[in-house]
Amino acid sequence: MFAYIAARLLQAIPVLLAVGFIAFALFAYVGDPVQIMLGQDFTEAQRLALQHSLGLDQPFFVQYGHFMWAMLHGNFGLSYRLATPVGGLIAARFPATAELVLASAILALVVGVPLGIYTGIHRESWLSRLIMGFSLIGVSLPTFLLGILLILFFSVLLGWLPSFGRGSVVNFAHWSTGFLTLSGLKSLILPSITLGLFQMTLIMRLVRTEMLEVLRSDYIKFARARGLSQRAIHFGHALKNTLVPVITIVGLQIGSLLAFSLVTETVFQWPGMGLLLVQSIGVADIPVMSAYLMLVSVFFVLINLIVDLLYYAVDPRLRVDRRGRGGSR
Amino acid sequence: MKAIARALDSDFAYSFRRSPVAVFSGLIVLVLGLGAFLAPWIAPHNPFDVATLNLMNSFMPPVPAADSNASFLLGTDDQGRDILSAIMFGTRLSLFVGFLAIIFSLAVGIGVGLLAGYAGGATDAVLMRVADVQLTFPSILIALLVDGVVQALLPRQYHDQLSLYVIIFAIGIARWPQFARTVRGSTLVERGRDYVMAARVIGIPSWRIMLSHILPNVLGPMLVIATLSLGLAILDEATLSFLGVGLPPTQPSLGTLIRIGNDFLFSGEWWVTVFPGITLALMVLAINLLGDWLRDALTPRLR
Repeated sequence: MFAYIAARLLQAIPVLLAVGFIAFALFAYVGDPVQIMLGQDFTEAQRLALQHSLGLDQPFFVQYGHFMWAMLHGNFGLSYRLATPVGGLIAARFPATAELVLASAILALVVGVPLGIYTGIHRESWLSRLIMGFSLIGVSLPTFLLGILLILFFSVLLGWLPSFGRGSVVNFAHWSTGFLTLSGLKSLILPSITLGLFQMTLIMRLVRTEMLEVLRSDYIKFARARGLSQRAIHFGHALKNTLVPVITIVGLQIGSLLAFSLVTETVFQWPGMGLLLVQSIGVADIPVMSAYLMLVSVFFVLINLIVDLLYYAVDPRLRVDRRGRGGSR
Repeated sequence: MKAIARALDSDFAYSFRRSPVAVFSGLIVLVLGLGAFLAPWIAPHNPFDVATLNLMNSFMPPVPAADSNASFLLGTDDQGRDILSAIMFGTRLSLFVGFLAIIFSLAVGIGVGLLAGYAGGATDAVLMRVADVQLTFPSILIALLVDGVVQALLPRQYHDQLSLYVIIFAIGIARWPQFARTVRGSTLVERGRDYVMAARVIGIPSWRIMLSHILPNVLGPMLVIATLSLGLAILDEATLSFLGVGLPPTQPSLGTLIRIGNDFLFSGEWWVTVFPGITLALMVLAINLLGDWLRDALTPRLR
């Protein structure tokens, strides 16, 4: 077990180094920070002095080393657009994104799994067909369009829910939460539905397929032959075995939620990391972009690792290196 | 004539006729595709000709409303531009970007997949490792970052002209690993076949074996993946344009139209954003349904 974790962690290092290299190349070749910091009037000596003080006159790989070292210590440089440290910017925005992603993931699971079980058990009922039909729309409707339509109905026409922002938040040290105020919770409803619907349909379809598969297997037939109740068969025997792939997909889809959170955050002007990235890309704010890239890849590597370990823990047959992979949109 | 009759009588056509979903989505794709393709000739107005725009016509509601105008079926936007015509031209751009992005992605994916599968060894390991790493990131994130970086590298004055090609590149690059993995898988199987061995024995160069012997045999599954990816590529483009890093308002795709219309949502002019949105959703839904049907029709084993 320990050797397995260690091996997986070692595999992650080249990936992070490669992503760091891309992030660094962005720094090094897109835009000239010296030019940006000096402005219009400067002498050649000033330029060289600044270049030297920033370490930009050193060999490429030395600079790369410094860059990775600084990143390791949470020093991501200054934003070109806001002239403040990127680390602080992202730290301030992180809670908003984390809460949005968490709420959407819970929503997708709490609604998706029961719907999947229902449509799997009662595959011929009209309600199942209706749900399946709607799930097709859920897959084809782009995230931002869903957000716009929800705003149109629930904010503009009905006026029930706020259409932008997080409402009022409560601050704890470095964390600001919208979970504790009424306006914060109300503001969370539309964005989390927008972000969670696609994953919800995905989880539902997956649970349904797995249920159908498992219900056909021999041990279920045997359980029926033993005269167990429907309830015991469906929930005691079948459901347990459908959950292995579901765990994998849900884990991997958290990454996808993080990516699509930037679309949702743009639609709802949700003050999270995604909105920060979109605003930064618009003005080519490279330090923010490369910091985001680094953080997201660390996050993705961690998710993959956790999913692998869960697989390892849940399914005793898999004691060899096997990697699950989910559909990415 | 005979060929057409034979085509209509094939299993493939039979399966199409038998599936109401396929016929229905085929019709939607046909109507939207024709509308987009013929837009310069059949659109009721030219949304790009500033001279024909009249501010008096701005924010006209769609037709059943009281103060609507029959020549603007789906209403007009803030500058008096006809929404229907804008949608037709926008669909044209969205389809164009989607198609080219998938072709680009196919070219890269097939090239890498063939090379990795045929060469094997270290080449294979390195190429597939890159594909694996890229697959762990959602494609929209990669497309967004590639798009942002390329835009930053280009001088500002060329942005509007080049953004069409930048976005095709970004979406194409984000989607190649899927094609590469599939092609590599089939190439590994084909490489061991007798005909490849025979070709090698008579001294045909490797690149020719790859391109003219193996390639035709691994293309089969590509059609299905490409169709399903087309829907996703169109969504990617719309998402990027909606985020404001895709096509500019001077060349509005469906995503750009939705973004522009989004600003008028709160003042009650819902039609500016809702109609392009419906078109986009319908098109993607129809393409996805067609892709599902194609998969079932071409690979009966999987049913």
